[in-house]
Amino acid sequence: MSSTRLGRLQKAPEFFITRDALTLPRDDRRAFLRKAFAAASAASVVAAAPRAFAQSSSATSAGDPAILNLPAHSKGLGQPVAARPYGLPSKYEENLQRRESPGLTRVGAASVSFAPLQGFFGIITPSGLHFERHHQGWWDIDPTQHRFMINGLVANPKVYTMDDLMRMPSVSRMHFLECGANTGMEWGNVAVPTVQYTHGMLSCCEFTGVPLKWLLDDCGIDLKKAKFILAEGADGSSMTRTINLSNALDDAIVAYGMNGEMLRPENGYPLRLVVPGVQGVSWVKYLRRIEVGDMPYATKDETLHYIDLMPDGQHRQYSSIQEVKSVITSPSGGQVLLDKGFFNVTGIAWSGRGKIRGVDVSVDGGKNWKAARLETPVLDKCLTRFNVDWTWDGKDAILMSRATDSTGQVQASISAMRKVRGTRSIYHNNAIQSWLVSPNGEVSNVQVA
Amino acid sequence: MFKSLDFLRGKRLQVPSPAARERAEGEGRTQAESRWSLLTNRPHPNPLPRCGRGGRTLVSLTLLSLTTSAIAQPKFQNLGRPATAAEIRAWDIDVRPDFKGLPAGSGSVSRGQDVWEAKCESCHGAFGESNEYFTPIVGHTKPGDMVTGRVAALRAETVPQRTSLMKLSQLSTLWDYINRAMPWNVPKSLSTDEVYAVTAYILNLGNIVPADFVLSDKNIAETQKKLPNRNGTTTAHAMWNVKDKPDTQGVNCVTNCAREVRITSRLPDYARNAHGNLAEQNRIVGAVRGADTRACASSPDAPCGSGSTATSSARANRGETAPARPATMPVTAEASTLAQKHACTACHGVKTKILGPSFTDIHKKYGPDSAAALAAKIKAGGSGVWGSVPMPAQAHVSDAEIRAMAEWLAAGKF
Ligand code: HEC
Ligand code: HEC
Repeated sequence: MSSTRLGRLQKAPEFFITRDALTLPRDDRRAFLRKAFAAASAASVVAAAPRAFAQSSSATSAGDPAILNLPAHSKGLGQPVAARPYGLPSKYEENLQRRESPGLTRVGAASVSFAPLQGFFGIITPSGLHFERHHQGWWDIDPTQHRFMINGLVANPKVYTMDDLMRMPSVSRMHFLECGANTGMEWGNVAVPTVQYTHGMLSCCEFTGVPLKWLLDDCGIDLKKAKFILAEGADGSSMTRTINLSNALDDAIVAYGMNGEMLRPENGYPLRLVVPGVQGVSWVKYLRRIEVGDMPYATKDETLHYIDLMPDGQHRQYSSIQEVKSVITSPSGGQVLLDKGFFNVTGIAWSGRGKIRGVDVSVDGGKNWKAARLETPVLDKCLTRFNVDWTWDGKDAILMSRATDSTGQVQASISAMRKVRGTRSIYHNNAIQSWLVSPNGEVSNVQVA
Repeated sequence: MFKSLDFLRGKRLQVPSPAARERAEGEGRTQAESRWSLLTNRPHPNPLPRCGRGGRTLVSLTLLSLTTSAIAQPKFQNLGRPATAAEIRAWDIDVRPDFKGLPAGSGSVSRGQDVWEAKCESCHGAFGESNEYFTPIVGHTKPGDMVTGRVAALRAETVPQRTSLMKLSQLSTLWDYINRAMPWNVPKSLSTDEVYAVTAYILNLGNIVPADFVLSDKNIAETQKKLPNRNGTTTAHAMWNVKDKPDTQGVNCVTNCAREVRITSRLPDYARNAHGNLAEQNRIVGAVRGADTRACASSPDAPCGSGSTATSSARANRGETAPARPATMPVTAEASTLAQKHACTACHGVKTKILGPSFTDIHKKYGPDSAAALAAKIKAGGSGVWGSVPMPAQAHVSDAEIRAMAEWLAAGKF
């Protein structure tokens, strides 16, 4: 019953006969059902009580009931192998989900769901929590019917099946994938409460596939004339984006694998383009075609969107590179510190221009900074995890992180960014993020000057 | 072709591994290249020779490290096959800014109006002004903008919501996008002439072409010259090529960097619960909990409850009693998110009919006591009540969620 969660509709009692219950030994099952019914009827009045004892530190004189009273899992038989042929997270982890930001978009199939960065460890995003951005809904495409074409300024336009591509030698690379609009809601002022919504259009996975360069080479790309490529998707939006030839020949991958399995449908199954360091919209999903050309294509998502409005009324077109950025993921907005004392301040840093060279953390709103520990691995165009020790004295504190990348670019403050780019750009906000810790332990999103 | 392949191979050998690249950058060697790229938006045609100091190290590093650049180009014998001309025609539908790729054809504003009313208006509004599905397509461009090619409203301190026509700098974009992706729910269903016609109609709604105008492949380049924002974009910025020089640079100060710290922006208290209860969006163990945002204000001036450091979840964790909560959720907020989540809103607008009737009309038809009946209808789907388009069965949605939405529809408090 401890899976009962705040804010959910209560299920009818019959639903409490779950698979868990059925696999329990007989006697235990009877006891379980009795308890379940009792709890269900109690739950309709007041729920959430179960959690009160889940991890109680209010030990009795004899000790902690969590130790003294052996729980069911110590006294019963657990589940068999392959009870869930494809594993799932613990039911206690249900709070960490992709979520939409209310009011941001109008329809779910042209929308975005944000990754719960506040709960992630390390640098890899679990596939099921990778952020989503769809312009015209997502599909689960039959890979046996999927085709990939290369045409344009090549000697031999070719068609490849998934079989063809997966027979080729592959590379596996870890890279971050950030939407150009990540943190876009915060250009003018604080607009959203948590790191999920401020920075959650960000994920980082290991991608497996064929370097695009090899495929362009296989088709005989005309390097005398070629200057750009157009990547195009197979879905209804037939998403198209222009990519610099330098990126295409450098480290772009035609990828089918993500975190050791095939791409998830929401992320472009069975094929997507990976353009390390470049904003997510260019990582075209359901990739069906690459055209080699000699001028940028001015597609809808590089003429009407993903263009940065500058104070003089001009739009920056083809802005692509995700510049150096970092954010503290815990403690972060919307969280509450349990107590005074020790905390591990942890976060992530990344740059579309290369590696993270260092991250500094401030707990006093930017007056003083100290270097954080960078955890390994520290990779090119990939998230880097940082940690720093902190003892909270129970007073107001403002936590900030500031990253520097291998080109020497230092993450700037929001006020410095606004001086150059104004407040209406929507895209490419890589400013330093500030979290205010109040004496009551609550952390909130603030901007400081 | 062989020549170009050789070029590529030569280039590959010269691409240093990331580590080597960093070293080279430390020596300032890629600056010339990046300056070139900044000016031309193109990769340097002649990657600078990696010789002299450190040059040898670069090559050997490249050969040792297993990066793409170090793996010899494999020959993919028997992988892939030539694309046929018909296949390329079927897929190569893009239209470039110089109108290469544009098929011949034409369409009048008046035909465009018919297309618009039949296939676009339900989502974008009669005048392209609707904000229900997407930001408005038409609005806020002025005759003067057509002279300068810059939309003045984009410079204003308080820009109105940016419409597509305010931003549109290339006419090919509009044609290409409608042709590939609209109508949103049945993309690639328009004929070439319908695309011309509806494009002409949108331009007419923006007062860019007259009501008797016929757009065609012959006059589209001329029409381009009238776009209000045709001169409104720039590529002179640091985010097109990875080697470009950034326009912002932070300060690497370490101590006494700011004399005083002022909070300039924070969420207003009324928005505290706007993203749902944050207690439910954080893990139930660890160093922190999510704040219970239904409870009380976050501002330190108005401390939570007794002013203690704990919210309900943190309290619960210490073995204290959590506050009671309502047995069911407030219907409105929850149900409207459910309707979004299950994509009901793809076919039902709150006020507008899309494929299915508007939620308001459903409420009007069935009234407040209809929850049970509506729930059954949602689950089973059906057709013939509102027209011939069927409503698909929603059996994948849980009974509890269907019930919540049915109650919401019956209550009519949208
Ligand atoms: C079912 C609803 C629906 C219908 C019908 C529809 N559209 Fe759209 N339209 C949308 C949505 C949603 C988007 C935004 C898609 C995205 O986010 O990429 C859009 C985007 C557009 C845009 C790009 C606007 C911009 O600024 O990016 C144009 C132009 C457009 N539609 C024209 C049309 C035309 C012309 C038709 C009729 C032939 C049509 N639409 C029919 C929903 C619809
Ligand atoms: C693919 C489009 C589509 C989707 C998705 C869709 N509907 Fe419908 N809906 C329709 C159509 C079309 C009708 C009209 C059917 C008719 O004429 O009987 C309809 C009718 C209804 C009715 C009125 C039924 C009646 O008999 O008068 C309700 C209530 C309703 N939908 C609710 C929902 C809910 C809730 C969802 C999401 C869980 C949903 N719809 C999803 C297309 C859709």
